[in-house]
Amino acid sequence: MNIDQLLEILKGELVTECEKEEFCIERGFASDLMSDVLTIPSTDKLALITGLSNLQTIRTAEMAGINIIIIVRGKKSTPDMISLAEDNDIVVIETPYSAFHTSALLFNAGIKPLF
Amino acid sequence: MHFEYHVESGDFINAGSTSSAVKKTLKQLNVDSSIIKRTVVALYEAEVNIVAHAYKGTIYVDIDQEAITIRLVDEGPGIPDIDKAMEMGYSTASPSVREMGFGAGMGLPNIKNNTDRMSITSKVGVGTTVEIYNKLQ
Ligand SMILES: Nc1ncnc2c1ncn2[C@@H]1O[C@H](COP(=O)(O)OP(=O)(O)OP(=O)(O)O)[C@@H](O)[C@H]1O
Ligand SMILES: [Mg+2]
Repeated sequence: MNIDQLLEILKGELVTECEKEEFCIERGFASDLMSDVLTIPSTDKLALITGLSNLQTIRTAEMAGINIIIIVRGKKSTPDMISLAEDNDIVVIETPYSAFHTSALLFNAGIKPLF
Repeated sequence: MHFEYHVESGDFINAGSTSSAVKKTLKQLNVDSSIIKRTVVALYEAEVNIVAHAYKGTIYVDIDQEAITIRLVDEGPGIPDIDKAMEMGYSTASPSVREMGFGAGMGLPNIKNNTDRMSITSKVGVGTTVEIYNKLQ
């Protein structure tokens, strides 16, 4: 799925820079526990769906090698988070939907679970 | 190569900056990406543990051709029962640490899973030292 489709499905807002041609999401993993996120295997084209919006969300993605973060429930990311994400080529999207709703919409659109 | 970094309790702004710096260094050295990931995940867990559970600490990083050795030495409350702390799900994290997305009791087991060798020594009321070792090839 490309970025335009993703933003449309999630009524999402892209808050970082994004190489639109290169962007692709195939799998999703939802968690608010950063230590949980840190246990998952390296996976390309994986989006982290999370209600946790702070600097450690971005750090965790950086260490876990995750390049897409979807922040749910209308939570806003801070300028610090956005610049840290951009430094690490991480794309951040905000959506008004809950984690459950976001996951369901993406699943129905063919995005696969990690487990 | 030798590096040293300082870590302060409760500093969830800078937590992870050591792991980030080490990641950049290992990338520059063209280390295999799966080894980089294992190493920085383990280091990040240990770094966050100082921020979350100790008062302050120093991280010593040594890199040579063969391996990376990281020692995280903190001043803090120490760990009374290391075997128990290593158990999946055991956590004494405060509510403010949990709010930051940590405190699942998964960090120490995850360090073990992502390293070739790890060791913990601790003295109650003094502090904790975690040592992490990964081969680089
Ligand atoms: N550096 C440390 N100083 C003092 N206590 C520690 C230290 N590191 C770990 N502990 C103790 O060991 C417990 C387990 O640590 P572990 O990293 O596995 O889980 P956690 O930090 O509580 O949660 P998580 O890592 O999943 O976010 C901690 O809750 C704490 O009681
Ligand atoms: Mg921990």
